[in-house]
Amino acid sequence: MVGDEALMFDPAPSDDQRVKVLRAAAACPVQALQVDMADLPLPPPGETVVAAKGDRLRRDGRIVIVGASLAGLKAAEQLRAEGFSGSLTVIGDEPEEPYDRPPLSKQVQTGFVTSADTTLPRRRDVDAQWRLGVAASSLDLERKRVVLADGAEVEFDRLLVATGVRARPWPVPEEAALDGVFTIRTRGDAAGLRERLMAHPSRVLVIGSGFTGSEMASVCVELGIPVTVAEAGPGPLSGALGGVMGRISAGIMREHGVDLRTHTKVNALQGEDGKVRRAVLSDGTTIEVDVVVVALGGIRNVEWLESAGLAVGVWGLACDAGCRAFTAAGLVTDDVFVAGDVARQPQPMFGYQFLAMEHWGNAVTQAEVAAHNMISGETDRWPHLEMPAFWSLQFGHNIKSVGVPPIADQIAITQGSVESRQFVAAYGYKGRVVGAVSWNQGKWLDFYEQLIEQAAPFPLPYDMTNPPADRTPVPAEFPERTYPGREATVVVTGHDPSERRAVLVRPNRRR
Amino acid sequence: MTEPSLFQEITDFGSRANPWPLYEKLRSQPVWLEADGSFVVSTFREIYALLHDPRISSDPANLLPEFADKAGPLAQAGSNLPPSFIRTDPPRHDTLRRIAMRQFGPPHRPDRVDKLTPLLEDVVTKLIDGLADRQQCDLVDDVAYPFPVAAITGLLGVPPEDEPRFSQWVGPIVDSTGKDSPEVAQQRADAFQQLGMYMFQLAQSKRANPGDDMLSGFVTDDGPDGRLEGGDLFSALILLLIAGHETTVNLIANGWLTLLRHPEALERLRTEPDYAVRMVEELLRYEGSVHFLPNRTAVADIEIGGTTIRKGHPIVLVLASGNRDTECIPHADRFDPDRADNVHLAFGNGVHYCFGAPLARLEAQLALTQLAKRLQNPRLVSDPPPYRPSPVLRGPIHLPIAYDGVLPN
Repeated sequence: MVGDEALMFDPAPSDDQRVKVLRAAAACPVQALQVDMADLPLPPPGETVVAAKGDRLRRDGRIVIVGASLAGLKAAEQLRAEGFSGSLTVIGDEPEEPYDRPPLSKQVQTGFVTSADTTLPRRRDVDAQWRLGVAASSLDLERKRVVLADGAEVEFDRLLVATGVRARPWPVPEEAALDGVFTIRTRGDAAGLRERLMAHPSRVLVIGSGFTGSEMASVCVELGIPVTVAEAGPGPLSGALGGVMGRISAGIMREHGVDLRTHTKVNALQGEDGKVRRAVLSDGTTIEVDVVVVALGGIRNVEWLESAGLAVGVWGLACDAGCRAFTAAGLVTDDVFVAGDVARQPQPMFGYQFLAMEHWGNAVTQAEVAAHNMISGETDRWPHLEMPAFWSLQFGHNIKSVGVPPIADQIAITQGSVESRQFVAAYGYKGRVVGAVSWNQGKWLDFYEQLIEQAAPFPLPYDMTNPPADRTPVPAEFPERTYPGREATVVVTGHDPSERRAVLVRPNRRR
Repeated sequence: MTEPSLFQEITDFGSRANPWPLYEKLRSQPVWLEADGSFVVSTFREIYALLHDPRISSDPANLLPEFADKAGPLAQAGSNLPPSFIRTDPPRHDTLRRIAMRQFGPPHRPDRVDKLTPLLEDVVTKLIDGLADRQQCDLVDDVAYPFPVAAITGLLGVPPEDEPRFSQWVGPIVDSTGKDSPEVAQQRADAFQQLGMYMFQLAQSKRANPGDDMLSGFVTDDGPDGRLEGGDLFSALILLLIAGHETTVNLIANGWLTLLRHPEALERLRTEPDYAVRMVEELLRYEGSVHFLPNRTAVADIEIGGTTIRKGHPIVLVLASGNRDTECIPHADRFDPDRADNVHLAFGNGVHYCFGAPLARLEAQLALTQLAKRLQNPRLVSDPPPYRPSPVLRGPIHLPIAYDGVLPN
């Protein structure tokens, strides 16, 4: 447990723990613990299974899922749960079975679990053909084939794109290649970093203080390793939670002895004999480091789709609320679906903005909706209307968020006290609640979820238990957003409506 | 006299054996305003929402003066004591509960309940061994009732030789119905006094010579929030005794009754190793023992379910009705341990989620499994059995059963 509410568990318990594991899973009040059920007899088909009579696709269609991670696995399970009996192929560039990423920057680094033990539990046997260790390199929509890096082609009737995000590497390749410089996205990254942390480095530099960077700083503190955090913005987490929360996080980091440098960039990483030794910071100082963790966010894995004529860009692959991908011209496709970090979807609750949600829960629910829609008729399709939510564990605190805080203009503490680190804050945009974040008070977030769903007024106009000292709204202080629409994305050609076409302008790839 | 409300019909003793059709009617309206000013909430969604609503208070100080004397039985126990965490709001609630939890569960003692398993198994084995010389018994008096006392004494670290004395005080305290006669009230007061003195002395001896038990932890192992002193400690102990008691008695008795009414489930419990876990979970939903949470109020008006719950009025959350709400739970009237994602309200939800839930689950799993495996051809002597008076903590007062024999464990 971290604090009172965040459960840490061994993802690969031994068999003699079986009953205890089942007891624990049954006891979760929100049934959020999933137990590997693949070796148990199949549960009877649920009531959602529609009679497959005459539905050729459901019976013997060919479905290909590109991306063997959380979203890919959940989609595969949902397809089988809904009675899809055709062929299912899952393609993944990593050699491993789908595994869970949140522990990689937490339990794996502190040594509570090994990176090899993060394999995701199966809720059922998905009976899929797994093509692992070879990436998809392009998509031929005309011929309905995925082309793999080794030249093989896989035909499909329906395709699910779940290729996710990769870590944004350090932008200077020679420096990124120095031994001791890590990103953290894959199991391999996590195992390598863990090994290095175990070798008692004299100092770790974390570049960036979003959630991954902050969690890594927390891990270093827990392991007793001196750590410097270089953050170009005003404070940790301020991109996701705004400046007010950023200052609180900064205070916590410093209390724990983290050398936090805000408004500070890393100008150069310097090495000796191929190993990183120093970092030159924009505040004029140079620090000695043995390990550098680059935590600058991610890059969406869409390059393989650039010639396919789909609506891809740095913000991901755009789709409708039912996860059907758009073409470059903005037409909705029938056979290409998208889910997970790479999906950019309109959010009806948030002004129909197209948002990509890089959250664990989003990958699960979006995959389930996409899978359902892939084998369902037009009148039976589901919209993906899940409330965005995420969590982070750092410095002994459990931070949880619901809604979309970054679109807010104001924030107000609503419950508890910031000093005790037990509080809830609500985010408002133009007088409506759009998000909430809790520190060690996660059990209240269901309430805020409802407020967001109802577009309830902000600030909250009533008394509550455990009132804060001051509940006056203040500016939320988010960095100014860049809007996708400002950059040219397509070139349109043709005059007659039947001839109009849109072709993607290839963005300059950011490395 | 006006027509009794649906809720009054439910609380009427005549409805105790089968309140379910009345709950179904109650759910035709999510929130009811009773003539006495209290608001009764019947539907899953609304109950769930209110359990997470920070406008809801468990602190009786937030009741309007005209409602102040109507707090339920848990509140009345030891009314000269400071409120235990069940009757407080955050931040006080969180602190008190954290201190108590430090000696009971995660993060500090994640193994406490699990480590009780051998002791609990042993207690159940002996209780069932005791049925072997007969072919009839009262499952309540012979198993369901003595079992939780043994669990509590084991947890707190009451020495086995003191257990008879201890049980003798616990009886009158936990048996409160809220409507005690003067004699019963006196017995209760005496029991309180004696138990208090006993616990005080036990605490002293644990301080000098601590063991691996909750009471030793309470008096020697301070966490970051400090310790429970004086009245707070005694309040917490009384809460553990009471809340961990009749609820579990009823869960086991309701459970055995349900199993005898569903022979296929009983058979599976005998043969399928993992069945007990989900069976008990379904049991909690289908025949949970806490039917209402009667001790809440609101610190602001709340618009919900087409009604406005008014500030300072009592609120009754009818958990047992919510657990049968077919709007949210498919085929809610069917006892179906195989159901997926069984989210139920039997332990409440939110910050006041039942403190003792892990222990209650384990006790029910162990007791019901062993009963199923050892009693040969068990059957009900009367169906329905006689019930306890309380509509809040509902369960049989006796559960007479017959059987052909008792297998060794």
